[in-house]
Amino acid sequence: MKKLNKLFAEKKNNILSVFFTAGFPSLNDTTKVLKALESSGADFVEVGLPYSDPLADGETIQRSSAKALANGINLDIIFDQLLLVKDTNKLPIVIMGYFNQILKYGEEKFCAKCKECGVETLIIPDLPMIEYENHYKELFGKHGLSNVFLISPMTSEERIRKIDDMTDLFIYVVASSATTGAKNKLSDEQLKYFDRIKNMKLESPLMIGFGISDNNTFNNACKYANGAIVGSAFVSAISGVGTGDIDTVVRNWVEDIFSK
Amino acid sequence: MKKIEIDENGYYGIFGGAFIPELLYPNVKKLEDNYLDIMNSDSFKKEFSQLLDTYVGRPTPLYKAERLSQKYGATIYLKREDLNHTGAHKINNTIGQILIAKRLGKKRIIAETGAGQHGVATATVCALMNLECIVFMGEVDIERQAPNVARMKMLGATVIPAKSGSKTLKDATNEAIRDWINHPKDTYYLIGSVVGPHPYPDMVARLQSIISEEIKQQLNKQTGSSFPNKVIACVGGGSNAAGAFYHFLNEEKVELIAVEAAGKGVDSGRSAATSVLGDVGVLHGSKTILMQDEYGQVIEPYSISAGLDYPGIGPLHAYLNDIKRAKFMNATDDEAIKAAFELTELEGIIPALESAHALAVLGKIKFKKDEVVVVNLSGRGDKDMATYMKYIK
Repeated sequence: MKKLNKLFAEKKNNILSVFFTAGFPSLNDTTKVLKALESSGADFVEVGLPYSDPLADGETIQRSSAKALANGINLDIIFDQLLLVKDTNKLPIVIMGYFNQILKYGEEKFCAKCKECGVETLIIPDLPMIEYENHYKELFGKHGLSNVFLISPMTSEERIRKIDDMTDLFIYVVASSATTGAKNKLSDEQLKYFDRIKNMKLESPLMIGFGISDNNTFNNACKYANGAIVGSAFVSAISGVGTGDIDTVVRNWVEDIFSK
Repeated sequence: MKKIEIDENGYYGIFGGAFIPELLYPNVKKLEDNYLDIMNSDSFKKEFSQLLDTYVGRPTPLYKAERLSQKYGATIYLKREDLNHTGAHKINNTIGQILIAKRLGKKRIIAETGAGQHGVATATVCALMNLECIVFMGEVDIERQAPNVARMKMLGATVIPAKSGSKTLKDATNEAIRDWINHPKDTYYLIGSVVGPHPYPDMVARLQSIISEEIKQQLNKQTGSSFPNKVIACVGGGSNAAGAFYHFLNEEKVELIAVEAAGKGVDSGRSAATSVLGDVGVLHGSKTILMQDEYGQVIEPYSISAGLDYPGIGPLHAYLNDIKRAKFMNATDDEAIKAAFELTELEGIIPALESAHALAVLGKIKFKKDEVVVVNLSGRGDKDMATYMKYIK
């Protein structure tokens, strides 16, 4: 059983997933941040592969990606970093990256590396469902990798049902029609949309992401889904933090999110 | 030869597709489901052709360049897209897409621009149709194309500087796509080249195909044959080339020559010759040939011409290159400058820097006597005078 399946089977509410950019703030902080999140009580993590042209990302993650690339990060280094902690890390790891990096690395080699590093799940925002079905479903399956699909306020009910059918872990509910970025309040329109999705009574667990930034937005989102994903707000919080202070900053940040 | 056309999934061979975030799916799907119906409707056809005739100034002349012909030992015709309203072929596409956007009920138009020609052409049709216009332009390009920025502003467009990455065309495109993600309901993304997710490459190629349609008719009238031996066009994203090649794609007797910008030289590290330096990758929603490093990070291209420094090429061109239907050549900054001055001196026509790249390969081709060659003169040089002035002795 995959770590994430186990998580969703055991924990139904208030699941916290945290996105962070690999190789940020410093090149070798990837494992440091991962460990700190694990010991602070985050439920799973999304490791972002820094990309030169992150189309779906707002300024915060764009900047962290540019910084990580300037730090010298690349896919081989990221896999090496993940391999280092493979035996000790208990957190489920999701890799989030743009498709071109995977294509260029070689899809087969990429999948094999993920498996070797204990990664079981992928989020590839610019890999559309039809490409996945036609070209990648089999390959991912062969390496034990699950693909997570996104839905947005514009996604039709029919398509959401189809995504639900194809999902074996969770559905990523994009909170608004927007690129990634922290916002401090959820609008009535967003809550109505979450309600609509909740009432569809889908099979798959739901995780709400994009614009979730603090304990208020986190708690609010968790009323409508199994949990929520925080990205930009976390990346901002650790931006500029020295390696020695990461533990403290991450612990305080996670505590803050979980506070009622 | 297998017929060259796009398949139902939006692919030319292995190139194309629609690699877009789910957030854009409903928009792109709606466009995909409707663009052909709209373009084939009588009302669209009538309005499009009327505007091309009376507003854009089409048909543009096919001019037999006698002195240029003499110099290169072939019969050289120039397709005068530079004489279009706003100074380049770009407006063929913007007129067509604005009519499609209106029929889709969109109120807010966004566009990316490199040299500013597409931005000006978009701002122009938005003024014409009374629609809000927002143009994304790299900060670096804003600096080197000041006259076009002023034109866009005078036309009522909001010009937003793209400050990410290399601050040029690719980043302007990223910003436009991000804006589209943030405004999925009311906004139409008016892409300026044969790039982007399906159906854009096909739609833009069809809208620009008026260029080769006219070449065929005009050439027939002037020579008795509709088919030249060679058609030469420059390629950044590749919209003018797609338009100039379109009706010849399946006519093997017509040699198609695409000219990329070599910048300081293909191997100099400062180039935009994608077909030489790139390999298969995904950029701005389509699978194509892309300049990238070993980890798939996009490499910043360089050219003296702001309209050609794009790290990819449209998927149609990637395919034409792959199956060797088109011959890909390139010209350096210096060669383009030289060609621009030569055309000005011989024919009294100041070409855009982009088009000068197409002219620059005339000296690199061994023509047979009596060969008929059409060079697509995609734009005029007004916007490049600041660059040209540095070379005036």
